Amino acid sequence: MPEMTLVEAVNLALARAMQDDPGVVVLGEDVGINGGVFRATAGLQKRFGSERVLDTPLAELLISGLCVGMAAQGLKPVGEIQFMGFIYPCLDQLVNHASRMRNRTQGRLTCPMVLRTPHGAGIRAPEHHSESTEAMLAHIPGLRVVMPSSPESAYGLLLAAIRDPDPVVFLEPTRLYRAAKGEVEDNGEALPLDHAFVLRDGRDITIISWGAALKETTAAADPLSAEGISAEIIDLATLKPYDEDAVLSSVAKTGRCLIVHEAARTGGFGAEIAATLAERGLASLLAPVTRVTGYDTIIPMARLEQYYMPSVERIVTAARKLCQFS
Amino acid sequence: MASKRANQELPVIARFEVRYRNYLAPDGSINRPLPAFASDARLLVALYRFMLLLRLFDRKAVALQRTGRLGTYAVSLGQEAVSVGIASAMREEDVLLPSYRDNGALIWRGVKLEEILLFWGGDERGNHFSGPEHDFPFCVPVGSQAPHAAGVAYAFKLRKEPRVAVCMFGDGATSKGDVYEAMNFAGVHNLPVVFVATNNQWAISVPLRQQTACETLAQKAIAAGFTGEQVDGSDVLAVRAAAEEAITAAREGKGPRFIEAVTYRLSDHTTSDDASRYRSPDEVQAHWKKEPIARLRSYLLSRKMWSKADEEKLAADCNERIEAAVERYLATAPRRPETMFDHLYANLPEAYAAQRRELAGERDA
Repeated sequence: MPEMTLVEAVNLALARAMQDDPGVVVLGEDVGINGGVFRATAGLQKRFGSERVLDTPLAELLISGLCVGMAAQGLKPVGEIQFMGFIYPCLDQLVNHASRMRNRTQGRLTCPMVLRTPHGAGIRAPEHHSESTEAMLAHIPGLRVVMPSSPESAYGLLLAAIRDPDPVVFLEPTRLYRAAKGEVEDNGEALPLDHAFVLRDGRDITIISWGAALKETTAAADPLSAEGISAEIIDLATLKPYDEDAVLSSVAKTGRCLIVHEAARTGGFGAEIAATLAERGLASLLAPVTRVTGYDTIIPMARLEQYYMPSVERIVTAARKLCQFS
Repeated sequence: MASKRANQELPVIARFEVRYRNYLAPDGSINRPLPAFASDARLLVALYRFMLLLRLFDRKAVALQRTGRLGTYAVSLGQEAVSVGIASAMREEDVLLPSYRDNGALIWRGVKLEEILLFWGGDERGNHFSGPEHDFPFCVPVGSQAPHAAGVAYAFKLRKEPRVAVCMFGDGATSKGDVYEAMNFAGVHNLPVVFVATNNQWAISVPLRQQTACETLAQKAIAAGFTGEQVDGSDVLAVRAAAEEAITAAREGKGPRFIEAVTYRLSDHTTSDDASRYRSPDEVQAHWKKEPIARLRSYLLSRKMWSKADEEKLAADCNERIEAAVERYLATAPRRPETMFDHLYANLPEAYAAQRRELAGERDA
C-alpha cells in the first residue's frame, strides 16, 4: 500500500467519490486550478472539469447555501471552507436549513452534503486560522460532525461522509495534513460513521480524543507505559452522534477516563462525554473524569499557541494523577 | 473648480437602466398594449380566481388564528397579484423557493389549502405537500433560501435540464448578504434562476427608505451583472408578463433575471403585528385604491370576460372549498410525539433512538 499524507488521502477520497458518482460536485474558494490552499483538491478540476470542481466567489455563506440547494436537487456537493475560522457565516445555513431540510419536509427533500474545513492550531497561521469549535456544530440536531485523525481515517471517513444521505461537517486536522503519514489503499472502502475507533488497547485508563489532538494523545501512551500505566486510546472520530457505547465499555474496563481536546474547555465536547459517564458509567469510575483541553481563552496567535494546545506533558501528568487517585 | 472640470472630462465607461412595466391602471383601464396571453380569457379568469381564493383563504386563516385554532399567519392582502402571477408563468418541473408570504404561489402549484393550514398550525406535515415534490417549503429566515435557488439552478445547468428556479422574497431580504451572494453567483454562472422581490414597502415596521438608498430594488441586479425590471406588482398582467419573459429567458440559457414587484401590504405583517403602530390609516387607504383584485375585476368586466353572476358563484365556490379544507385541517390529529425523531436522519442513530423510546414511554431495550 502506498504511504501518503493526510491531505493526500483527502484528495484521494474526493477523486474516488467523484469517479464513482457523477453527482459529486466539489466547490469552494480556490479549489479549482489552485487545488485548494492546502492542495486537498489538487488535480480534481483537470480530471473532472470545471463544472464539477468549481471555484466559488469569496462568500462562505454562499458555499454552504449552494450545497443545500444542490443537495435538495439530488447532487452530492462537497463544499470547502478554507479555515474553520471562516465557517461562521455558514452557521445559519447549517442550523436553519442543512440539518433540518429532511425533518421540515418530512423526508420530501433531503440534504446529502459535506462541508469540509481544516481545524486547529499549530501551523503558525495568521489570526482566525486556528480555531477548533466542533462542539458548537455538534450541538446542532440533524447534523453529523466527523473528525479524522490519520490518512487512513481521512480516506475512509470522507468516503462515508460523501455517501451518507444526511449533511456532514468534516473537520480535517490542519497540522496533521502533512505531518501525518500512513498507508492508504484506494479501494473505495468507507469506514463506519458514528463509530469510535480504539487506536491502542490498554487496561488502566481510557484516553479519549479526536482530530488533531490525537497526535499528542497517542504520543503520551509510550511515556505512560514506561511508568507502568497501560492507556487505552480512543479516537472518537464522529462527534455527532458519538459512540457512547464505545466510551462506556472502555471505561467499564479501565475505570478511569481522561478526555483530551484542543477546543476551549467550557462547553467543549469533553463535557458531553463527562456527562454521559456521570449518567451511565458512574459505577465504573475509580477516579474523577478529567479533561485536558485548550484554555478558556481566545486561541493565541503563533507565538503562544503551543502553550494553549494540550501537550504530551499535560496529558501524561493528568493521566498519572488519575491513576494515582484513591 | 479645476477638479470639477477634470471630472467632467472623465469618460463614462458603463451605463445602466431599469425598465418599468405596467398594463392595467388602478381603475382597470389599459395603459399600454397588452401582452399576448391577455387575449386568453380562461387564463385571466384563472388568475382572478386564484387571487380571490387567496384573499378569502387569508381571511379565514386570520379568523382561525383569532380563535386559537391556527398559529401566527402572514396575510397576502393587497399583494395577491405577485405570488399568483409569478407561479402562473412557471412549469411543473420548475422549482419554487418561496418566502413565508407566498401562499398564492403554492396554491397555484397544487398545494392543498389544508396543507398550508397544517404548516401554520404547527405541523411539519404541511410541508410534505401535494405541490411539486421538488418545490422548497416556505422559508422563514428571511432571504436565506436565495443561495439554495442558485444551487438548484446550478444543478439544472450541470445536468443540462431546461428547468428554472424561481426564488421569492420581500423587500427586506434585499438588504441581506444571502440574496446578493446568490445573485452574484447566478450572474457569474449565467444560471437559470429568477429572483423575485415582492416590494410591499414595509419590512414589518421598517419602510423601504430605511432599507435602502437605491431608487429601485431592481437595480440591485445590475451589481450582479444581469437585468432587473420593476413591475407594478398590483397589476397581475404585468407580473405575469415579466415572469413569463424572465423564466423563458432563463430556460433558454440566457441567464438570471430579477423582478421587483412593487405592491403594498394592506394587512399587518402577520397576525402577531399591529401595523397601526407605525403607519397611518391614510397611507393604507390610499393603497386600497390600487389593489390588484378590484383592478383585474374592472378589466374583466369591461371586456365581458366576467359577470356579476360569475363573481357570486366564484365567492361561493371559494368559500365552500375553504370550509372543506378547514374541516380537514381541524380533523387532522397531531402526530404521535415520538415521530419528531422520524425524519431527523435517514436512519436514526442509536443514541437518539433511545431518546425516542423514552419519549414514546417504552422501556429501553
